[in-house]
Amino acid sequence: MSEKTVIIKIDGIEIKAKAGQTIMQAADEAGVYIPRLCYLKDLTPHGSCRVCTVKVNGRYQTACTEPAVDGMEVENKTQELEGLRRDIIDMLFVEGNHFCMFCEKSGNCDLQAEAYRLGICAPKFPYLFPDRDIDGTHPDIFIDRNRCILCGRCVNASRDVDGKTVFEFVGRGSEKKVAVNADAKLGDTNMALTDKAADVCPVGAIIKKRIGFAIPVGKRTYDQKPIGSEIESKS
Amino acid sequence: MAKPKIATASLAGCFGCHMSVLDIDERILKLIELVDFDKSPIDDIKKFTGRCLVGLIEGGCANEENVHNLKYFRENCDILISVGDCAINGGLPAMRNNIPLKECLDEAYLNGPTVYNPSGKIPSDKEIPLCLDRVYPCHEVVKMDYHLPGCPPSADTIWEALVALLNNKPLDLPYELIKYD
Repeated sequence: MSEKTVIIKIDGIEIKAKAGQTIMQAADEAGVYIPRLCYLKDLTPHGSCRVCTVKVNGRYQTACTEPAVDGMEVENKTQELEGLRRDIIDMLFVEGNHFCMFCEKSGNCDLQAEAYRLGICAPKFPYLFPDRDIDGTHPDIFIDRNRCILCGRCVNASRDVDGKTVFEFVGRGSEKKVAVNADAKLGDTNMALTDKAADVCPVGAIIKKRIGFAIPVGKRTYDQKPIGSEIESKS
Repeated sequence: MAKPKIATASLAGCFGCHMSVLDIDERILKLIELVDFDKSPIDDIKKFTGRCLVGLIEGGCANEENVHNLKYFRENCDILISVGDCAINGGLPAMRNNIPLKECLDEAYLNGPTVYNPSGKIPSDKEIPLCLDRVYPCHEVVKMDYHLPGCPPSADTIWEALVALLNNKPLDLPYELIKYD
């Protein structure tokens, strides 16, 4: 029996989706890019960053968690939603210490790439310059919480893919941070360089040691084409 | 008709953005045909000689002299532009922002591993501008009209911005020219 398909409209354009797919999955397959930060294919979506917020039949929903239902009218690339996304990105920049000029992830960073895509030249909110810690105790992996945007990708990857639960959130509000499941530091955990959790950080908060700046400027992932171009090229 | 004037300043920055201005290479001859340079480290004019159309600001505000200079530019320029990451987010100097100022000065003048300071005093001459509690991006001190990100922004970014403004066109940078590094 063939899979049931549903028809949804994104910004007025009809696309086919398989029953059970989320709006994000259907949009990706149809070549429509919905901006995202915490979402990563193969990880359980949890809609925490809110960057993929779309309007579904007039109500705000996160595209990565909302199932596609027949007849849905989805708004994605509107002035209002782009403005809200810009605000989220702006807030993520001012709430951390994002010094792109010396970050190893620069050019391959999803946060930076979403900002580039939205044409952000400077955040409009005042910088907080929070006091965050770093953890270089692991022989192969480095944590710089100054750059962490609390997307939870490392938490999910470690729990669901690696089966280790190395990472977890602790604290609330501005005190919230990624912690490790050891009494002291990352070096005391069983995290390995080959773990999925070492690969999923969208920013430069969890990076592998000794491979930084391997790709020259101009050839990095987002140097020439905006994030999402590979999805949009399908349409 | 007199040519419009451009002024530039380096606050708490490394002069890399000024190097990027010079990096526009032979186009600088074209620029000289279009504008006059007023107060700038490039020509070493110390005070404004008249109203300027565009002021390019490199660096953030780390001391009272930076704030004074920035306000002076705001008063004398129609359009003020943050050039580079230090002007936009404090840049590398802002790495001291979550360390108390006293600790920074103690490390620099008393406790640093290479410090030789038999007097044990932190310099406090009246000629030395007072440090601010932290490094402030320019738009947190005065209103800035545009921002050119990058460390430094490329010469093309600066060129595109100036050409657009001089031709009274909107400053709409293409994707390749918006970079934070």
